[in-house]
Amino acid sequence: MSGHESTYEPKSGFTKWLDNRLPIVRLAHDSFVDFPTPKNLNYWYTFGGILAVCLVIQIITGVVLAMHYTATVDEAFGSVERIMRDVPYGWLIRNIHMVGASMFFLAVYVHMFRGLYYGSYKAPREVLWLLGCVIFLLMMATAFLGYMLPWGQMSLHGANVIINLFGAIPLVGESIQAWLMGGPSVGNQTLQRFFSLHYLLPFMIAGVVILHIWALHVPGNNNPTGQEVQDVEKDTVPFHPYYTVKDGFAIVVFLIIFAAFVFYAPNVLGHADNYIEANPLVTPAHIVPEWYLLPFYAILRAITFNIGPIDAKLLGVIFMFGSIAVLFALPWLDTSKVKSMRYRPVAKQFFFGFVVACLLLSWCGAENPDNPIIKMGEDKLIVTYTDAAGLEGSRVFEEYAPASQFREETVTAGGTASLGIQVAPAFRFLHLSQLMTLYYFAYFLIILPWLGLRERPKGEPDSIHQSILGNEAPAAAPAE
Amino acid sequence: MSDSTTTATEQVDEERRDFIHVAAIAATVGGAGMVAYPFIDQMNAAGDTKAASSLEVDVTKVPVGGEIRVLIGGKPFFLRHRTPEEIAAAVNGNGARLPDPETDEERLMPLPDGSYNPAILVTSGACTHLGCVPVGPAQGNVGEYGGWYCPCHGSHYDTSGRIRKGPAPSNLPIPDYEWVSDSVVKISL
Repeated sequence: MSGHESTYEPKSGFTKWLDNRLPIVRLAHDSFVDFPTPKNLNYWYTFGGILAVCLVIQIITGVVLAMHYTATVDEAFGSVERIMRDVPYGWLIRNIHMVGASMFFLAVYVHMFRGLYYGSYKAPREVLWLLGCVIFLLMMATAFLGYMLPWGQMSLHGANVIINLFGAIPLVGESIQAWLMGGPSVGNQTLQRFFSLHYLLPFMIAGVVILHIWALHVPGNNNPTGQEVQDVEKDTVPFHPYYTVKDGFAIVVFLIIFAAFVFYAPNVLGHADNYIEANPLVTPAHIVPEWYLLPFYAILRAITFNIGPIDAKLLGVIFMFGSIAVLFALPWLDTSKVKSMRYRPVAKQFFFGFVVACLLLSWCGAENPDNPIIKMGEDKLIVTYTDAAGLEGSRVFEEYAPASQFREETVTAGGTASLGIQVAPAFRFLHLSQLMTLYYFAYFLIILPWLGLRERPKGEPDSIHQSILGNEAPAAAPAE
Repeated sequence: MSDSTTTATEQVDEERRDFIHVAAIAATVGGAGMVAYPFIDQMNAAGDTKAASSLEVDVTKVPVGGEIRVLIGGKPFFLRHRTPEEIAAAVNGNGARLPDPETDEERLMPLPDGSYNPAILVTSGACTHLGCVPVGPAQGNVGEYGGWYCPCHGSHYDTSGRIRKGPAPSNLPIPDYEWVSDSVVKISL
């Protein structure tokens, strides 16, 4: 915390000399060694450290891959295959990078849900939260740009779909689209700029991460009680060794899971279609983004209706970007003075509902929106006919044989008839995604603002140490 | 600070703590080494690069008194078809004061039947001084000794590719090559 005095004392002549000129050792000591940290942080709080590791892994493996990758439409796919087959340990490094993207998002989602649950976005940590949202946006942009680089079928057509989103913007949409692509289509020039930006953005993320940590160290960590530190002696422990070890342990466990994916299932989170070289003439039958973008994709597709002058395509884009924009507004949407959901019995349930909504949206994003989840009745056959007298009508059949017989009889009698399928009504992925989109926005725009004013918090402790020791007075320290 | 939170009932077992430190540091160093290895090895020549590191050349295509230049893995090599006069000059050079003494015959490889074809000289195409590519008969400058001349810093090579004058420290190296028939050589990196 910014309030605490530096305890760093340079010992050798050199460190004294350096400390007077560039107090970098002091900065590191005050930030990561003797930084007072609430003593009640649980394992959900280790994901910040895990994410730092993820970023470093992605940058190192990415720099290595860039040594072997060729960003042209003719050679990109082949150069990736060369990395997998010919470059020493190229398979390992690419698998780490590929799985690393997924692990990065997995960790960031846990980190964000942690922040949502414990109210880490509330005063005095609004800027910390905003910087986190910026990092999240940059991560999504980086992941999207990187997914294009192998120049497989999903790369090309995924990029095409996303760039087409910008075409929905009124008046300037098509110009923006052409500008992004640098031509009439996603081509060589697009691949080259995507590669350049994919290399750039992680360093911008690293820069914002530094700001994020800075903004964290001014008010200090939030904690599961949501109470601010009142007494540094009673409420905190030094970051080292307490949280270096705790974070370190969590990082090791995380890396074990990471390694399991890298070595046993490197492609399980990807799409087989991306191992087919990009072909601008054929779009894959089922085009979906990587799993970590599925909820937003589901929101995009959930909007199938126009509102006033805004057509469904633009509205979908607005909702998709709105679903992230609303995160930026969250510190001012949640009106509750109580940070942690531990002490908000009603909000807690809505929060878990929100987690479920996000998971269901992911499911919807992965499925065809027209597929039924719950069928109401069976599909039937329908014969639409005009009989010899010129009367139009239709008849519904359960079985094929009578339907076919009826059609033939009508035709033989001098009329016309055609056979079709009458699709049974069903609760479809589209409907689920619409419901969940509604809940997603309602959670931020209605539930949190309203609940904060109405809800009775329960059992909030007065301080961090009270939450640990209960109401008893802590045992007096032995006289020394 | 940790002292103030340590109560009298907590005993610090120093040996146990040392063991944990040593074990943790050993695991970290070992792990870092194992991670570092592939990240260093990835910069070595890749499988396809290694596979493209030899070339078979038909020497009957080389005109008498001329040379052809080939690239293997991006490195230049000279195949020179020497005239009888050039062979004689090379053999005469055996007795001269050479900075890097080698006879002309030592710089040839035997044909499949064990004999030598002194008309064909195969050498590296990189000057042993700083790696420039010397000029030869095709460029109209063979230097003072009739072989090659390096325009970068003025090294003169004779018709056996031996350094005779200038800053280069050694003769143009003879690459790893073999005669696979009387007319084809296979050069490897």
